[in-house]
Amino acid sequence: MGHYLNIIFTSLFIENLPLSFFLGMCTFLAISKKVKTAAGLGIAVLTLTAITVPINNFILNDLLKPGALAWAGYPNIDLTFLGFLIYIGVIAAVVQIMEMVMDRFMPGLYNTLGIFLPLLTVNCAIFGATLFMVERDYTFGESVAYGIGAGGGFLLAVVALAGIREKLEYANPPAGLRGLGLTFITAGLMALAFMGLGGLKLG
Amino acid sequence: MAETTTRELLLRPIFHRNPIALLVLGICSALAVTGKMDTAFVMSVCVTVVVACSSFVISLVRHHIPSSVRIGIQIMVIATMVILVDQVLKAFLFDLSKQLSIYVGLIITNCIVMGRAEGFAMNNPPKASFIDGLGNGLGYGFILMTVAFIRELFGSGSLFGVEILKLTSNGGWYVRNGLFLLPASAFFLIALLIWFMRTVDPDQQENN
Repeated sequence: MGHYLNIIFTSLFIENLPLSFFLGMCTFLAISKKVKTAAGLGIAVLTLTAITVPINNFILNDLLKPGALAWAGYPNIDLTFLGFLIYIGVIAAVVQIMEMVMDRFMPGLYNTLGIFLPLLTVNCAIFGATLFMVERDYTFGESVAYGIGAGGGFLLAVVALAGIREKLEYANPPAGLRGLGLTFITAGLMALAFMGLGGLKLG
Repeated sequence: MAETTTRELLLRPIFHRNPIALLVLGICSALAVTGKMDTAFVMSVCVTVVVACSSFVISLVRHHIPSSVRIGIQIMVIATMVILVDQVLKAFLFDLSKQLSIYVGLIITNCIVMGRAEGFAMNNPPKASFIDGLGNGLGYGFILMTVAFIRELFGSGSLFGVEILKLTSNGGWYVRNGLFLLPASAFFLIALLIWFMRTVDPDQQENN
């Protein structure tokens, strides 16, 4: 159990996707003007990583890896080169399904999150989480923990950034720095702050 | 768009309509691989190849793509290109491909590639799309190389792995600045670059 908690903790704070790997930057910067929308986006990302990372892990281990197709009579096939194509397909499909399910059963939530969902297919944070899972060769259990931690890290960072940006509305920066430039500097300072947690380990 | 010349198509995205600085696209990978010049260079080449080729292919088949599934088709074309690039890198530049780790795969979700496919290649002939893709790839590469230049020069005192400023650890005079090797410095450098570009060209400033 401690092992899984450790994965969650590490991916939440130390290896925070937007702040230390720069993943999901586009949405991270674009949709962080208001805390409320940022929280909606963060929750959508969290849900998606928590679902897609384990699914892709399952596909990788039971369909793509060399020898994984032995049950179907093809013990020598290595399909890992198809990985990218399949992972992105899975993500796109899950996004689509989630959209339909939410529209049907949770209209309230759909109205808050609906606009973000199509965007998230091409969100680097979600795809990146899957690729990190592949690169680190996680087991299924670990991939569940990682999916939750990675998405949670994004939620945390985007809400915090939105909070700071709301305050920055009152600031009066040089004209060239207004908007994007200032947001970058804020994100940089946040990244520095998060680094203070580096080296911490649970259990 | 018909009257824009090839030259303009190629040069405009590099400075005036830079995909990173003005349109905030593709930053995800832009920051992560800029710790060293050589990774930044390989990454720029990969992105340029992918964006130019995928724009070309998408533009070739643009009349046959039903608009309801166009995003899916674009992604499939892009993902195929990225797989090709990734396999080539693994075959010929294995060390660099290890250093770039997941960021090669992430070209698929790089908004520049999607953005050019959706915004340009879908309504323009193949040749123009190819040039436009090339220009955007170079604009991306321009920012990447600038940031990598500063980060590697001040962070490790070298360029492309060749020592330029002699480090104190090797008996030289330059004390290296570890901050430039941290992820956070990339944020600051891009912010400064944006500030600079927007001061030079005030049209790009945001009014809020």
